[in-house]
Amino acid sequence: MLSKAASLGGEVAGVIVGSGVESLAPEAGKYGAATVYVADDRRLEAPLPQPRVDAIAQLVEEKEIETVLFAQSILAADVASALAARLEAGLNWQLTDISSDGGDVTGKQSALGDSVVVDVGWRSTPRIGLFRAGAFDPTEQAAAGSVETFEPQLREHSLAAEMVEQAHAEESGPSIEDANVIVAGGRGLGAPEKFALVEGLAKALGGAVAATRAVVDAGWYPYSAQVGQTGKSVSPTLYIACGISGAIQHKVGMQSSKTIVAINKDPNAPIFEFADLGVVGDLHSIVPKLTELVRARRA
Amino acid sequence: MSKGGVRPADYPPPFAPSEAIAAPTDPASERIEVGVLIVGAGPAGLACAIRLGQLLEESPETAERLGEVPVAVVEKGKAPGSHLLSGAVIKPRAIRRLFGDRIGMSDVPSYGPVHGEAVYLLSSGGRGMRIPPPPTMRNHGNDVVSVSQLGRFLAEQAEAAGAAVLPETDAQKLLVADGRVHGIRTGDKGLGRDGRPLGVYERGSDIAARVTVLAEGTQGHLTGAAIDRFGLQGDQPQIWALGVKEVWKVPRPLRHIVHTMGWPLRKRAKYGEFGGSFIYPMGDDMLSLGFVAGLEYSDVEFSVHDVLQELKTHRLIAKILRDGERIAWGAKTITEGGYHSLPRRFHAPGLLLAGEGAGLVNVPTLKGIHYAIESGIMAAEAAFRSVQRGESPSRFGVFDSYDEELRSSYVVKDLHQVRNMRQAFDKGFFVGGALASTMTVTKGKLPPFDLRTEANSERTLIRTGRAKRYPTPDGKLTFDKLSSVFLSGNRTRDDQPDHIRIRHTVPRLVADAWVNMCPAQVYEVGPDAGDGLVHVDVNPSNCVQCGAISAKGGRLTPPEGGSGPEYTLT
Amino acid sequence: MKIAVCVKEVPDATAPKRIDAGTKRLDRSGEGALNAFDANAVEEALRLKDATGEGEVVVVSMGPERALNSLRKALAMGADRALLVADAAAAGSDLVATSLTLAKALEREQPDLVLFGQQSSDSDGAVLWAAVAERLGRPVISQVAELTLDGSSLTGKRQTEFGYDVIRAPLPAVVAVADSINEPRYPSLKGIMGAKSKPQETLSLADLGVDPESAGEQGSKTEVRSLNDPPPRGDTRKIEDDGSAAEQIVEFLAEKRLI
Repeated sequence: MLSKAASLGGEVAGVIVGSGVESLAPEAGKYGAATVYVADDRRLEAPLPQPRVDAIAQLVEEKEIETVLFAQSILAADVASALAARLEAGLNWQLTDISSDGGDVTGKQSALGDSVVVDVGWRSTPRIGLFRAGAFDPTEQAAAGSVETFEPQLREHSLAAEMVEQAHAEESGPSIEDANVIVAGGRGLGAPEKFALVEGLAKALGGAVAATRAVVDAGWYPYSAQVGQTGKSVSPTLYIACGISGAIQHKVGMQSSKTIVAINKDPNAPIFEFADLGVVGDLHSIVPKLTELVRARRA
Repeated sequence: MSKGGVRPADYPPPFAPSEAIAAPTDPASERIEVGVLIVGAGPAGLACAIRLGQLLEESPETAERLGEVPVAVVEKGKAPGSHLLSGAVIKPRAIRRLFGDRIGMSDVPSYGPVHGEAVYLLSSGGRGMRIPPPPTMRNHGNDVVSVSQLGRFLAEQAEAAGAAVLPETDAQKLLVADGRVHGIRTGDKGLGRDGRPLGVYERGSDIAARVTVLAEGTQGHLTGAAIDRFGLQGDQPQIWALGVKEVWKVPRPLRHIVHTMGWPLRKRAKYGEFGGSFIYPMGDDMLSLGFVAGLEYSDVEFSVHDVLQELKTHRLIAKILRDGERIAWGAKTITEGGYHSLPRRFHAPGLLLAGEGAGLVNVPTLKGIHYAIESGIMAAEAAFRSVQRGESPSRFGVFDSYDEELRSSYVVKDLHQVRNMRQAFDKGFFVGGALASTMTVTKGKLPPFDLRTEANSERTLIRTGRAKRYPTPDGKLTFDKLSSVFLSGNRTRDDQPDHIRIRHTVPRLVADAWVNMCPAQVYEVGPDAGDGLVHVDVNPSNCVQCGAISAKGGRLTPPEGGSGPEYTLT
Repeated sequence: MKIAVCVKEVPDATAPKRIDAGTKRLDRSGEGALNAFDANAVEEALRLKDATGEGEVVVVSMGPERALNSLRKALAMGADRALLVADAAAAGSDLVATSLTLAKALEREQPDLVLFGQQSSDSDGAVLWAAVAERLGRPVISQVAELTLDGSSLTGKRQTEFGYDVIRAPLPAVVAVADSINEPRYPSLKGIMGAKSKPQETLSLADLGVDPESAGEQGSKTEVRSLNDPPPRGDTRKIEDDGSAAEQIVEFLAEKRLI
């Protein structure tokens, strides 16, 4: 985000809000922040949205900041939204790009399940933008990164919610909805035991396991893993389809995945029409080999 | 087995019509009470509801006798129109009769009058010959409509007339006690594939009514049970055709309606292939294209879905569709038996049968919607009269007047005139064609004998390698079945009981017949079962409830309310 | 105890969603349905009411007159009352304008708890509740997969990218529920038939004291400038396994910096 903002010209500042976070400031400078505003306060320790809204709103008003950009996360979405209401500012979300022309800024928004790209604008300042995770690659562009700390004035209602127990990373791997990598299995697996191949690859990649309706119907895998028209819709960064033909009922559940790799022994399978990399071959020999290579690489 | 051949009828489904009959069980506090209950929000059912509303408005005392909910319509689809599919070209007369001057014909959704028609006799190699439209097919003065849209419109009118329209409600059982019909029982919701309740589970309810009108359309679930229970079978078995249709967005408007006959169907009697296609313009930028074939065909590799795809490759058809886009798809059976297969009586104590479910479809003229509306109006009037007179529905003869009216109306008279036409085509295209012409010219007086009807499932099966000629789907002009199912709007909940009743272990020939017959890829040949038999696997959530399986040796029952296709343009 | 559930009517999922090239807004002319995620919120409200044995569940929405149909589905499930803000001037409202109008409607009701669904199927947006909570000056917890009420406070188990947080907040509060929180009940036939006779109120912006200039397109701070086709997926590559497929896949993934 910082790198992209820096590339637009103008003054770029990074904002770090939290507790025990001062040490992160130099990082922001490395990626393009001329100034880094830091609010370090015990009351900001828990990842709750409302105190952050107070802090950032205060900063925006004090420093007359014109544009505030966030990268998508559950926390950021709540902060951006409440901030918009606090500042009576326009908020555009699901952004994949941003450009500026003179004083005017336009965002590119992906809408309707990625079927249309909308050019969106802001009619006033400040402007708030919420960007899709992974929309930009970080590029180092050393900037001054001078740190300025500030004292956040927090409102009563913002402090009403309290964190009783904070989350710790799950041992069982990400859920399908949150996973960045998904390995999915279909009829081509041949038998329910073969899902072990899919699970192995998913584990090696740190991803989740998904299944097509056909195999869920046949009882090979639970319904909670079903991706498709009558199952879940997912858009991970990487989707590896093993033994899946790619019928439209499945396609609509995963077509907005950033990168799709398909392994199927039928060269005419419809999935090859939209997979970024299609491999015509026997998944029973390819998948175990692939799993081994991935494990070795990550080790 | 007959004559050493294999017939689907030899492998009947594990289903008896009596399974759909039950006694009321809910206590008074739990059951739902309505005055007149109509099953099916199609043209017949909704016309009945609208007419009742009109009559009750003029007669408040009668309305009072029907309680808090005088008229209720239950519909198993997601919304009225979701399960309605037809060509369709309709005669406006019944709609005019239904609304009188309460609304103008311009308020009724329509794609405009028919401007002209062309009938082609196609042959292979892209050849085709224009022939004069047979007299039964003249459509001057008729309108092109989408029956799904018509259904939605009629439902709004029914609600405005005071009826409660309840979608996502399937009628699973007909409640019968003391020799009369007391209403229906709706199906459970929230059962898993194994039949056990899931987290959210809603038990079905008894809906008690003074008069029940069954307007279920083709292959009516309760209609079949009622005909069996009350001995209403007609002279000859009922038969069906399967229609598969697509709606296309096209850059060049089609200016007249088109019918084709001949290719890709085969003419010889042994194949039993009777039918043809229709193409109807829908305004300036859409059209409706469908193929209809009788289900008495004998080749196990015959697939109406794929024959339609094949038809589109004919240069005359491809030309019409060029640069177009397929935007909707659907399939449904059409009741074909005509006059000879009509039920003996259209009523029983507490019960009235209306519309296509009662067999009121004229296949040679491809008309049925206005018959449905007409019979719905008459059913409403019969029900109203009996309530007005305070007659007990169990009393013998209460609904005789309904039968009399129906049989003396143009509806049954039309059917009588064409009564042998459909059966004539059992003799093959040429003999059938000659017979049909004779019938038309003499308005049904010739030939002097009545032809017998053979039930669809009694046809001996053959295999010919027909499937090799179906085009490989290209995703632009021709499509595969799963893509078609997707375009029907079908997003049926997967984890629910299988609503299809078939024998799961049958000869390979029967299994292949089902696999190819089904336009939605519900059936698949499973593992070998020895002795020339195979297992048949079923994907019930693909089902668009066309009803073909019921004609060919199985039985379709209603799945959970709200399941199935969500037609909007068909 | 009064629970308000904010719901929305969205285009029915079967109809392909289209943006109207003329108005540059979502074409809502087809069939409408209750936003699936809001059904979870309605269900949670009903469960809380069932558990305490008393209370009122009000569904609140903003939209055209015919959105009442979708509100009726919530009534059929068991909600007690429906409130619709229907005003032509409110059409085309962005987050700022929508949150303002909704907040005013909610202030009028003074509920103890406001529930939202996880996102709306027509905007991929997933952000409205925080803005509404800000305007109401109430604590907000989102992505709640489990909710417990305890007298004058509530505890929510919040689903995050890192696992579950447990957060407590005093009432009155705003909560957005995750779709994993429950399975919405099927409306019973009696519920469906009784829905029509439950109180349904339609309000205009004037009724709420909302200045029309703060609502609709006028009051919105964002705008849609143009619509474009998405960038093409990029070339598809297809290879046949000659024994080295696994290696080739790894190369491909490395190229894309995916491993």
